[in-house]
This record gives sequence, structure tokens and C-alpha cells, in this order.
Amino acid sequence: MLLPLDVDRIRKDFPILQRTVRGEKPLVYLDSAATSQKPTSVLDAERAFYETANAGVHRGAHQLAEEATDAYESARRRIAGFVGAETDDIVFTKNATESLNLVAYAFSNATAKAAHGAEVDPRFVLAPGDSIVVTQMEHHANLVPWQEVCAKTGATLRWIGVSDDGRLELDDLDSLIDDTTRVVSVVHQSNILGTVNPVRRIMDRAHAVGALGVVDACQSIPHAPVDVSALGADLVGWSGHKMLGPTGIGMLWGRPEVLAAMPPFITGGSMIETVFMEHSTYAAPPKRFEAGSPMVAQAVGLAAAVDYLTELGMDRVEAHEHALTGYALERLADLRGVRIIGPMTNEDRGGAVSFVVEGLHPHDVGQFLDDRGVAVRVGHHCAWPTCRRFGVPATTRLSTYVYNDTSDIDVAIEGILAAQNFFGV
Amino acid sequence: MDVESLYQDIILDHYKHPRGRSLIDEPSGESHQVNPTCGDEVTVQVSLDDDGRLVIGYEGQGCSISQASASVMSEMVSGAAPADADTVRQAFVELMHSKGAADPDEEVLGDGIAFVGVAKYPARIKCALLPWMALQDAEAKAGIGPDQEGTSTS
Ligand SMILES: Cc1ncc(COP(=O)(O)O)c(C=O)c1O
Repeated sequence: MLLPLDVDRIRKDFPILQRTVRGEKPLVYLDSAATSQKPTSVLDAERAFYETANAGVHRGAHQLAEEATDAYESARRRIAGFVGAETDDIVFTKNATESLNLVAYAFSNATAKAAHGAEVDPRFVLAPGDSIVVTQMEHHANLVPWQEVCAKTGATLRWIGVSDDGRLELDDLDSLIDDTTRVVSVVHQSNILGTVNPVRRIMDRAHAVGALGVVDACQSIPHAPVDVSALGADLVGWSGHKMLGPTGIGMLWGRPEVLAAMPPFITGGSMIETVFMEHSTYAAPPKRFEAGSPMVAQAVGLAAAVDYLTELGMDRVEAHEHALTGYALERLADLRGVRIIGPMTNEDRGGAVSFVVEGLHPHDVGQFLDDRGVAVRVGHHCAWPTCRRFGVPATTRLSTYVYNDTSDIDVAIEGILAAQNFFGV
Repeated sequence: MDVESLYQDIILDHYKHPRGRSLIDEPSGESHQVNPTCGDEVTVQVSLDDDGRLVIGYEGQGCSISQASASVMSEMVSGAAPADADTVRQAFVELMHSKGAADPDEEVLGDGIAFVGVAKYPARIKCALLPWMALQDAEAKAGIGPDQEGTSTS
């Protein structure tokens, strides 16, 4: 199969892919939905920052501080450009989980402040009778924070169901999202099912009832061209480590008017405007949401990652993974006793393919793959309610990226066959 | 293949033919343990018979290692005095933390010795320990300890 990306060449850029595992087996990395590997250019950028420009940013009157601040803000500009955003509409966080919590806490903090008479934007104040809508395929990061908001404010959690073929059940969208709904938060591409959801349609419905719209783009932005402002959302969160960047950095994009209306989340240094003993006032976004010393080297590394992806071309990245996903779906469908959990067809679908093998627990399947050097994820993938929806305790998931080709899928298929053979199922 | 040292025949046998796998009536203590990373689940129930020996009930779902371990546990501690069961439990826990270098004592551990290979796979140690943690917790809830006689409610 001729793939859109030159995988042999790309693999040379990833030092970790040269190593062997479990004896002398070449590493077959099919766990990029958990975290991606990093090219040399990202590692070099971080190292160069520490070797030449390291200093505290946005403080200090020396040359290094200027250069560090410049490196940090230039990284923000390039990362914003990658998703079609204005620079100041990008907030740096620790990861997508923190981005989504930042949004959830805007609601519970505003509600708590309003109860004491503070002036807050009423869009963030919740009360019993209000509803929050998510989906049945959320990562825990976009579910548990909303459960907490409900527990603190008395709001009710609702969710859009998932069909047997892993698609959102949108027939009753208009009754689920109604005039009690204050916020709708949905995953763009499911990390467990691979489904790509029609977020524009859902966001439009949210706006039609005056609710705020949030998108978890953790699995879409790394794998396809995404213009955050075109999703129709007010706020979009994602992580850097799944898109060839370092760990320890995530993003929250927001419409400037919405970010400006949100109360801070983590508070302390760097996010203030003035501080008195009695009270403080806060900086404008994005700084309002970046308390403490920021993750400068990570931002620099992530900017190198988006440069790398841009050079490959996100259209080609998407086409590459689409071809690989199609191949994986075909090969898995051919296996006896294997059931795909998620869409069986390759439309509106990304490269995370979950499956269960009849008579075998995913942990045992994963062990046989590991024995052949194949890294996959087993378990509930932080989407436990989704597993429950499909009546499985866990799944095995293979997930692809720019450095994978069909031979990686082939090794995985051989591992599944070996496990079936060994256990006699 | 290395993976075969993990899945010894004894483990596969307990996985496919679990011993004594059922729940008991009116347990004095019960514990449900889950491994949140992979969804393995096991419920262990305990009570004491008239001679002060352990009566064990269990059920669960999960991978071969967790379910075989539950079967071995049930076989090893059913009918044992609480103090003896505790000796087995401690030996098993020690084996799991041996990084695969231990030379386990079959006298103490019975079929539990087959789990020596599991200790080489950190991700699987939790699976193997799950039923033993449930046993310890169920005993604590029942007020059964290695030093005391315990009380049977049945
Ligand atoms: C869809 C989705 N949302 C949220 C997250 C959370 O990302 P992180 O663990 O980087 O905060 C993940 C990754 O695990 C994910 O796949």
C-alpha cells in the first residue's frame, strides 16, 4: 500500500523508534493516542532553550529574561497559528485535563462567588434546574470535572448516547440540549472509539439555546488540520504531548470575549494586575489563567513540534492515518473472534481502533503484543462509561501516527493470532 | 518466547478451570476490589466455620492473571486457620515484589509458585495481588485476624 507519508524517512527523526524491546525486537509503537513520540527537532529545541536562553519569563530586567520571554511568546504565536487562532486567545496549561478543569472551575467558582454577592458573568453561574450536556464517549477528563460542577452547583448532567456502531445518537439532540442547558462539552475525536463527531452541529445547537460550547480536541488537533474557530465552539482544549510535543503543556483556546468573562482558576503570581492585602485584580487573558512560573521549555519544544507537523502537512498526516486506519479495520475484521468497538467503517473516523478478542482479556492480548515489541494500550482508556455502554470491561486499542505504516499493523495482527493460538480460543 | 514464562500451565489451568468459584451465604466480611487501570474485578467473601477455619467465596472478571490468582488463593486458604492463611498471603505478596528473582516455597504457596514470572512484569503484579488484597480487606471487615479467633455470624 502506497502511503501519503514517507515513513522510512520520518522514523529516522525519532530516536526512540531505533531501540529494541523485550530482547531484540524492534519497537512497534501503536500507542500514540496515549502519548506520541518526539522527533529530534523537538528535543533539540528544548535543549537549545536551556543552553542559551533559560531565565524567568515576563520578569527580570536582564537580557536572558528578554530572550526567554521572546522564546515563550514566539512559541505561543506559532502554536496559535497552527490551529488558526489569534496568539492572545491561547492559554497554556499543564495538559488537556487542566484545560477542561479550568473551564469547569469557571462555572463552580463563578457560582460560589455570586452566592456572596460578587459581580460575575451570569453565563457562568449555575443553579438547580440548569443542565450540562456531554456525551457517552467522553474521556474522564471531560466527564468527571462536569460531575463535580453538578455536585457543587446543583445542576444536572445529561449526555448524548452512543449507538452500537460507535456514533453519537443525535436524533434527540434538540430535546437533550434545551433551554435549561448552560454548557455543552463534547469530544471531537474519541480516544477509545475513534469516532469523529459533528461538533459544529452540536455547538450550533448549544448556541441556539444560549449555552456555552466546549470541545475536547485532544485527539483531533494532532491528527488532522483543525481550525479551532471553525468548530463553532467557545472554548477548545487539547494537549501538547499527543502531537509530538513535550509532556507538561496543554492549551485552551477561547473566543476572546468568553475568556475575558471567565474568573481565574489557579491563582498566585503572574496572573495578577494589582495586589493589596485585602484583594487583587487580575490580568487579561491569557495571563489571567497562567499563574506561577510557566512551562517555557515545553512551549518551545511544542512550537518545534508544530513546525515539524506543518512541514509534513496536516492534510497529508490526515490522509496517511486515514489509509492506515482503513487497513487496520480491514485486517481486524478478517480475524475470527475479533469485535471492533467503534465504527467499522472509515468515514468520520480517526486512527484509534479498539477491539476485543472473544475468550481473551485485553490485558492478555496486550501481553502477547508486547512480547513481539508491539506497544498498545489495554484497559478502559479513561472512558469507563463508554466500555460499559458496549458491555466490555476493557478493550485493546491500537492507535497510529506519522511514523507508522502497514507493517506495524501486520505485526500486531500476528500477535493477536499468537494469543488466540496460545490460549486455544 | 518470554511470555510463556509468565503464563505457566498452572496459571492457565486455574484460569480455565477456576476452583471453588462461587459466593457463600451470609459472609462475615466481603470485599470488592477493582484494578482501575484495566477493569479487573474480584469479590472475596470470608467467614469462619465452627472450627475457626476460613470459608471463602469469590467471583470476578478480568485477565487470566487476576482470575487464576483468585482461584489459587481460594484453594490455598479455604479451610486454613487465619494465621496460616496470613502466612500464605504474606509469602505471595513477597513473591510479587521479588522482581522474578525469588525461589518460591511450594510447601507454603502451593500453585502460587507459578506466579513467579508475573513479578517480572510490573503492570501485571497488581492483577495477581488483587484477590489477595480483597482477602485481607474482607478479613479485616469480618474482624478476622491472624492473632484472634474471629467471630462467625453464620
Ligand atoms: C479525548 C481525550 N481527552 C482528554 C485527554 C486528557 O489528556 P491529558 O492526559 O494530556 O490531560 C485525553 C488523553 O488521554 C484524550 O484522549
